[in-house]
Amino acid sequence: MSWINESGPARDVVITSRIRLARNIASIPFPTVMQPQHAAQVAEKIRKSLHKKAVDSGSLFTFVYIRDVPEIERQILVEKHLASRDLMESPDISAILLDSQEKIVVMVNEEDHIRMQCILPGFQLKEAWEKLNQVDNMIEEKVEYAFHEQLGYLTCCPTNVGTGLRSSVMMHLPALTANKQMNAILQTISKVGLTARGIYGEGSEALGSIYQISNQITLGPSEEELIDNLIIITKQIMEKERIARKALHKTGGMQFEDSLWRAYGVLQNARVLELKEFMIYISQMRLGVSMGLIPYLTLEDVDGLMTAGQPAGVMRKVGRTLEGIEVDIARAEVIREALDEIIKSKKNR
Amino acid sequence: MLCQECKLREATVHFTKIINNYKTELHLCEECAGKQENLMQIPSFSINDLLQGFMDVGLAQPAYAAPPAVRCKNCGMDFERFKKIGRLGCQECYKYFSKELDPILRRIQGNIQHRGKVPAGAGTGLHRQQQIARLKEELQRAVELEAYERAAELRDKIKELEQGNSEGRMD
Repeated sequence: MSWINESGPARDVVITSRIRLARNIASIPFPTVMQPQHAAQVAEKIRKSLHKKAVDSGSLFTFVYIRDVPEIERQILVEKHLASRDLMESPDISAILLDSQEKIVVMVNEEDHIRMQCILPGFQLKEAWEKLNQVDNMIEEKVEYAFHEQLGYLTCCPTNVGTGLRSSVMMHLPALTANKQMNAILQTISKVGLTARGIYGEGSEALGSIYQISNQITLGPSEEELIDNLIIITKQIMEKERIARKALHKTGGMQFEDSLWRAYGVLQNARVLELKEFMIYISQMRLGVSMGLIPYLTLEDVDGLMTAGQPAGVMRKVGRTLEGIEVDIARAEVIREALDEIIKSKKNR
Repeated sequence: MLCQECKLREATVHFTKIINNYKTELHLCEECAGKQENLMQIPSFSINDLLQGFMDVGLAQPAYAAPPAVRCKNCGMDFERFKKIGRLGCQECYKYFSKELDPILRRIQGNIQHRGKVPAGAGTGLHRQQQIARLKEELQRAVELEAYERAAELRDKIKELEQGNSEGRMD
């Protein structure tokens, strides 16, 4: 289940589309200053409005307090982009509602009382908004939101006030990165109210050439306008990336193909894989798969491997916490085995 | 060389820090270096830093006049604390800090009129007001384009809605 093993439109460039809404319940202090009894009140209200209910196609929500989620599972939720690190920092008051398909998640008592998000594979921003809007309506039936005529939905941080909406796409841009065009693109999109950052790794470093692009402004334009704006820009970046990929192939020829196959070879054979190195090779392998140059794998397979190779993913597979080089050895093993399994199952078919 | 911290293990990590031409060297083992992670990190630039920047400009207070302490009467959050953490305490903070927040919102958001979704429970008055605002914009455009027939239609529609509004207020 979840976005990882499902195909989606334009997945060669757009890994996922995500919509997030921030909401607060009227007359209850924000999580910044709330007392434990407030937190329990909020959790209870949201649990009642969604627990065991379905959005469409019968995918039911399940409510769970973070304090009841094992440590390693918490980290996995973060690495799958289903929950934030912030949510895990106050496990006594925070809770989560996850639908059985792992596409919609509602975080309770994070920065705001309610942070809901819908994450879909590929380029499906409008679809994600439609789904999430339904969830918002379901909560709204039972709960009165903090809302202001002029300022819209009131949020804990003024950078989210208004629609409370953050729409984002996670893009794989290896060719634009290789051509050193990313800085220019990032500067340009900031002029139209969008912002970008690397997904994996710390600070500005974008491991694996993976970027998240999202709207900066939340107040003024309507939800549809904000989303349309992101769609227009995403389409343009997507086209540029596809052209750059073709150009790299044309100019690099067999050397280009060789570098992608080598990445595949390393992942299949390495005995020690640091995260940074892993992300470089998985990015190249993804490029090869998306261009149809590496035939055995699908993009879903590659994205599954990418999540499996993150620190908590590796630890879950091994079943215990690892330190230092142990993680890198375990990562190499996890990836080798997963790749072997995928290829074996395809050959049998 | 032994680690300067624990003096037990071999030093394998070497830091050189230069601040104002003053050089410090640190020789640590891997374990102790791990504890000193912040040595290697570049200070992060958070949303709070950004907000702080906006606020200092937004307030435009003359340096000699210390601003009076502004406090939210509902949750007790004071504006100075908000400036530090970038987060408000409750929905009433927006009311009590409105004078200070408005210029900041203008800077961050560029706009301070919500035109998006309105909760169904927020009353028909609000939905109507949004509709009126939209029609007024359209009317303006129609006048600019000299589409007077359309403009007249729009004007009547606005009037109708506005009357409905005042009736709505009476009950």
